[in-house]
Amino acid sequence: MKAAVIVFPGSNCDRDCKVAVERSTGAQVEMVWHGDTALPEGLDLIVLPGGFSYGDYLRCGAMAALSPVMTEVKAAAERGVATVGICNGFQVLCEAGLLPGALLQNERLKYVCKPVALEVTNAQTRFTSGYGGRREVVMTVGNGEGNYFADEAALERLEGEGQVVFRYRDNPNGSARDIAGIVNARGNVLGMMPHPDRAFEPELGSADGAILFQSALASA
Amino acid sequence: MKAKVHVFLKPGVLDVQGKAVEQALHGLGWSGVEGVRVGKTIEFDLAAADRAAAEAEVKAMCDKLLANTVIESYRVELA
Repeated sequence: MKAAVIVFPGSNCDRDCKVAVERSTGAQVEMVWHGDTALPEGLDLIVLPGGFSYGDYLRCGAMAALSPVMTEVKAAAERGVATVGICNGFQVLCEAGLLPGALLQNERLKYVCKPVALEVTNAQTRFTSGYGGRREVVMTVGNGEGNYFADEAALERLEGEGQVVFRYRDNPNGSARDIAGIVNARGNVLGMMPHPDRAFEPELGSADGAILFQSALASA
Repeated sequence: MKAKVHVFLKPGVLDVQGKAVEQALHGLGWSGVEGVRVGKTIEFDLAAADRAAAEAEVKAMCDKLLANTVIESYRVELA
């Protein structure tokens, strides 16, 4: 099993993601610089980490979405490779057009950093199959612009197609319909604001994030 | 040619910065203020054959990078 973590200038959870995937799954994880024009061969999982890529210039994720490596990430996602964008990575996936919608500034203007309870809205995805019958998991959020927005038609489509994967029990940022994570129509691209990479061992307060990485690689 | 692009969150998309500024203005006594929106202006020089070509180019720039049309609208000024 092989995974890659994309490193943008300003990413700050790239190491966390590498360690989280390695320890949860035993997969070999390569770090890929945003300026690269090729991805390692035979990837089963691509992770876009949290942070402040390009200093959040213009809009969160906007510049990163145009990085050279993103052409390859898009191509891999279109081939069906499991792709996870966490926090800033979620913003990048939206800006790159791989997921619908956008992330706005938090409703109450505050940067929110705390563990949150999430409803597993769809446990049938390749990222959540490992949760089995569990309906609630705990992960940490850390964001200033995590307020998910999409127009009503897009939200209806997401709900109708089972693309809403996680929902906040107690919405920390004003996200539409309490949405914390979504997948694309094909189900191989996941974007989420909470950090599974900060919840992969009991010592971190929760190990629920490990199951997400395990599920993603088990279905590879 | 000089181009100025004004980008704002679309009407109906919550502008929390605008709301905060509005409340601050109210706090200073300007109680008649409403509907504050905070946007950004991006300006640059552009080599273009004519105005129509410049307009088309700047529009493409807005759609590709300068604005996220899921949440933002833009207005272009050329001089």
